[in-house]
Amino acid sequence: MCRKNTGNQDQQHSEIGYGVMNANRIHSMKWRYIRQQVFFVTVRLSALIIALALGGILLYIIINGIGAISWDFISMPPTDSMTKGGIMPAIVGTLYLTIGAIAIGLPLGVVSAIYLTEYARQGRIIRIIKVGINCLAGVPSVVFGLFGLGFFVVFLKFGSSILAGSLTLSFLIMPTIIGASEEALKAVPQTFREASLALGVSKWQTTLRIVLPTALPGILTGSILGIGRAAGETAPIMFTAAAYFTAKLPGSIFDEVMALPYHIYVLATAGTNIEQTRPLQYGTVLVLVALVLGIDLIAIVIRSYMRKQKRW
Amino acid sequence: MSRHTKEKLIKYVLFLFALVSVLVLGLIVFSLFREGLPIFKKVSLYDFIFGLEWYPTSDPPLFGIFPLIVGSVVVTLISSLMAVPLGVLSAIYIAEIAPASVKEILKSIIELLAGIPSVVLGFFGMVVIAPWLQNTFDLPTGLNIINASVILAVMAIPTISSISEDALYAVPREFKEASYALGATKFETITRVIIPSALSGISTAVILGMSRAIGETMVVLMVAGGSAAIPESLFDSVRPMPASIAAEMGEAPYRGLHYQALFATGIVLFSLTLIFNLIADYVSEKYRQSGSATL
Repeated sequence: MCRKNTGNQDQQHSEIGYGVMNANRIHSMKWRYIRQQVFFVTVRLSALIIALALGGILLYIIINGIGAISWDFISMPPTDSMTKGGIMPAIVGTLYLTIGAIAIGLPLGVVSAIYLTEYARQGRIIRIIKVGINCLAGVPSVVFGLFGLGFFVVFLKFGSSILAGSLTLSFLIMPTIIGASEEALKAVPQTFREASLALGVSKWQTTLRIVLPTALPGILTGSILGIGRAAGETAPIMFTAAAYFTAKLPGSIFDEVMALPYHIYVLATAGTNIEQTRPLQYGTVLVLVALVLGIDLIAIVIRSYMRKQKRW
Repeated sequence: MSRHTKEKLIKYVLFLFALVSVLVLGLIVFSLFREGLPIFKKVSLYDFIFGLEWYPTSDPPLFGIFPLIVGSVVVTLISSLMAVPLGVLSAIYIAEIAPASVKEILKSIIELLAGIPSVVLGFFGMVVIAPWLQNTFDLPTGLNIINASVILAVMAIPTISSISEDALYAVPREFKEASYALGATKFETITRVIIPSALSGISTAVILGMSRAIGETMVVLMVAGGSAAIPESLFDSVRPMPASIAAEMGEAPYRGLHYQALFATGIVLFSLTLIFNLIADYVSEKYRQSGSATL
């Protein structure tokens, strides 16, 4: 009986004779065990390679970048045609763009998710919306850049500006926020809603006062991962917001800004002083990675803490 | 206003918000076509897609993006050769084999890997992998297909791993238990029961990972080398579509032919990723395994 389930070639031999079959079985058990061990080693190895890739990249960036970091590097603008000085305008620009992207993307995403989880009934329109969200999540970042250029910069005449860049980034991170919010809203127990509705509270009040506050920590930690993405993207802001160099900080949302990712790209690929400015490049890379992964790490830690704390 | 009308009104307002994603998708198509379509008055669609020469600034300019398409396809395929096994195997390890503590750490590692900005990975390829390739294989440049593929694989692994992992978790417990009860080893259960049941989800993961790789911009812009010719070896440099768009848009005169050609390249790139995503969506919907009862 048990022969049959192994499904390999030695099942043909099972009718040959008891002694042979027994020897076969011993051989086969050993073989099955060896195969399993080989598989486990391969699988562990692939996990190890991924961990080493992350560790190697981070370690390399920290070792090479730490020497460039100083208070002046963080707080001064670039000088001498960007071969010396700091990166303060790029840090400020990235903060503005990211805050703008959250301010637009978070409300839009959360409200979309509320409709999809609390109000929508399954049907064709909902299906179209969900496919739309999935497709939006798959749009290449450079196409978002083209869209921002064609629509916000040219069609709506915002020019290359914080506004155009933030709007472009907000649509880029919207699918992430919707996904995180949907998951958090679905995790709110149905009994919470039923208890509230049974007290005569309207559906909207229930959603606003009971469901949303319960889901909020989950929504926020999930969304933080999207925020990290907004801070680190380069292609969407290349044609919509990022300036090669600005001496002054932006005065309004219609100004161009420097941004950390674009600054790295410019220093590493353009100009004649690529080798000379390596320390600046490593420093900028370290600041960007610390910013983005710092944000992500906070989200990951809070989330695992919340999972342990969960009371229902 | 009665409570009933108010509730209805709220529902409609929320519905409008939910439509924003679809609306944005529509606006993307609108913007790309508005800026890109005029090129086809000058160049036929066939010549644009199958033209072998991309000399947008010569006189007369030549707009054939075939070498760019080949560049994109080549780096995507080669990166998948690395990313698919690593992504799927690591997902199997996380979902089926790893002890709980290792599982948590590994999931965080993959999430952090996904969080590294693409420009940082591109930079890493430029300063670490490129010189190494150049010295080891004695090449004129280390910015080539191999370099770009390795870095793209790093970017695609988190996508493939996390979606595959979800698919593996979704396999009903009863399947596993039935398999163990019949005397199957863990290896046999994984390869003959769990993976086949999760295959649609794993396929979705692979398609989405490849879609991510083909659309990734900064990495191919910084480490693929930028030569707009059809490559002959893995050490040749290429100019995938996103790299071409990002590198040239800054210099292309506003609404000139070159500008339009870059938007048209964007249309091709967008259509490719859209097809990938629709296939992924179709596969995951059609073969969705919602419980043991449906098999």
